[in-house]
Amino acid sequence: MGRVALVTGGSRGIGRAVAERLGAAGHAVAVNYSRRADAADEVVRSIRSAGGSAIPVGADVSEVEAVAAMFETVGSELGQVEILINNAGITRDGLLLRMGEEDWDRVLAVNLKSAYMCSKAALRSMIRGRWGRIVSIGSVSGLSGNPGQANYAASKAGLIGFSKSLAKEVGSRGITVNVVAPGFIATEMTEGLGEVAVNAASESTSVGRLGTPGEVASAVEYLAADDASYITGQVLVVDGGLAL
Amino acid sequence: MDRADIESKMTELLVSELGLEKEKINPGASFEEDLEVDSLGVVELLMALEDEFGVKIPDEEAEELLTVGQAIDLVEKKLAG
Repeated sequence: MGRVALVTGGSRGIGRAVAERLGAAGHAVAVNYSRRADAADEVVRSIRSAGGSAIPVGADVSEVEAVAAMFETVGSELGQVEILINNAGITRDGLLLRMGEEDWDRVLAVNLKSAYMCSKAALRSMIRGRWGRIVSIGSVSGLSGNPGQANYAASKAGLIGFSKSLAKEVGSRGITVNVVAPGFIATEMTEGLGEVAVNAASESTSVGRLGTPGEVASAVEYLAADDASYITGQVLVVDGGLAL
Repeated sequence: MDRADIESKMTELLVSELGLEKEKINPGASFEEDLEVDSLGVVELLMALEDEFGVKIPDEEAEELLTVGQAIDLVEKKLAG
């Protein structure tokens, strides 16, 4: 059954793969972007050309007014959001001793505060409809820690505590809240790592390679489906068997 | 809208939104003990009241609601401005 889905940061990387996957599954998808309207348009075109339904919706999800306007737009163009994918995320890596306050605040705002605001905005209609799926994209960084990523890891670990708490609050209303925690996935975010780091990352997995955005998206699609109705408050790690 | 109207609307909402039995609802009924409405259920009722009556109920005031009668009082007060 087709639902209305919103993917924050859906124009690139894992978000794009998730948006396309949900579109292919028959859901109407709102593809959120912050700056790359061209990239979001491309995702929307790709979903439509595969026979799906999608719209682009621009919003900086760290801003409360922008989030409200985004939900307004999606509500009037596609209907109330039933599947929310909190995917928008940024990195501002650096050792803690050299990490500026702005790098801390910005990462926490985009990666964690956005999930608070978007989930809150989506819940009203989900509770009424007695059905909802919230999946947030975490990271193995939030589970194991990673040097240079104190801010990013904190935001991703924060998503886990947030999701587990929310799962308990709304479980009785047919709403599940989960986290998918990817390991090393080949995206623009990991392209900056360099060949040596990519090889080391590949070798640290059991599968022996980086993951693809599609491999993360299939896990998200599953948790967003009707079938996953008895799974909530969980962290599904998609990391190819990473041993850090 | 007088108090009786508010009460009958409130009863309708409790039945339609929270699935309560109409017979159990009266101004003296406590949400938690008599009606077995959990804290999220009270929030649901408040959202429905906001939509139905076009009022805004701040969180601080919402926290003090224990009975149906108190919810009626609150809506009456909000409608009076």
